[in-house]
Amino acid sequence: MKLKSIFLCVIFLGFISCKKEVAKNEKKEINTSHITVKSYAYEELKPLLEKKDDKIYVINFWATWCAPCVKELPAFEKLNKEYASKNVEVLLVSLDFPKQKEKKLIPFIVRKNLQSKVVLLDDINEDVWIKAIDSSWSGAIPATIIYNKNSRNFYEKSFDYETLEAELQTFLNQ
Amino acid sequence: MKIIKSIVVLIVAGFLTAFTLKIVDTGYKIGDTIEDFSLMNTDNSMVSLRDYKDAKGFIIIFTCNTCPYSVANEDRILGLDRKYKKRGFPVIAINPNDPIAVPNESFEKMKVRAQEKGFTFPYLLDTGQNVYPKFGATKTPEVYIVTQNDLKVQYIGAIDNSSRDASAVTEKYVENALDALLTGEKIEKTRTRAIGCAIKVQ
Repeated sequence: MKLKSIFLCVIFLGFISCKKEVAKNEKKEINTSHITVKSYAYEELKPLLEKKDDKIYVINFWATWCAPCVKELPAFEKLNKEYASKNVEVLLVSLDFPKQKEKKLIPFIVRKNLQSKVVLLDDINEDVWIKAIDSSWSGAIPATIIYNKNSRNFYEKSFDYETLEAELQTFLNQ
Repeated sequence: MKIIKSIVVLIVAGFLTAFTLKIVDTGYKIGDTIEDFSLMNTDNSMVSLRDYKDAKGFIIIFTCNTCPYSVANEDRILGLDRKYKKRGFPVIAINPNDPIAVPNESFEKMKVRAQEKGFTFPYLLDTGQNVYPKFGATKTPEVYIVTQNDLKVQYIGAIDNSSRDASAVTEKYVENALDALLTGEKIEKTRTRAIGCAIKVQ
């Protein structure tokens, strides 16, 4: 008798897990609830773009819907990992739609297992902050800043790991 | 050794600066006269600015099928055409993306998008990607307002000050520029910026 109920239970569970298969993505989303991404207005983000300590900061402007941005993310992740001990910090500034933070951005971070710090820049008046971030920036993403207390470079382009590392080296050699 | 290193760094820095400046300097600036173009519309007709004899000018918008910032602005682009075509400034939309680099940007997909959204304006494919570099467009969406009689660029930039959220807009740059042109006043902001998707090339 007992065996029969266990058997039934197993079959029943089997059914449920089969049905759940389709909804796997949703399930993952539920598991992401512990991850939070801070939203910043430009004035709040600004201090992170001009720190005067001994670190080198690599700031990447990106979005989950931006294909070239997603393509180059592994390069930034690798840099973050390889150079963490050399006083280098990567910050990923998302320009996703603020309304899609929970639905798209956070699940993406979990799915790609992003280790670099991610923040969301949620501010209107792009015209003001794009120029403030760099006078040469047209507003196209991906875009990247590498800076330390002495110098700063801005790049409106895509990177692969080699070119990104080469850029970082010019800062490390200073 | 250190000297060699610094020289290398200087050279690299020099190159980078040159590169950055080059980006800024390419393309039309405010007051420049643009070259007319002839591009294929989604109804299979060829469209040129010279076809619009009665227009006072054009709202030329580089946009595309897939960029979420473009999609988020589609209703606003339709709104601009609705409001300003009858006042002499029709919208001319141009897709600058390479359809081979991004299959969803193909001419066929453009037809579908124009149909779905009920575009009231031409939606042109920049075949061969020869037109957008002349404008110096770098992303979608990006607006150029051009007057018809002299083909001069009067405004370059964003539609308004909140591309991600239409309900949060507090400043309509393109409408302000058009209203100024229509009343013979000086455009207050001739150059604005917004976030957009980089134009896709192969």
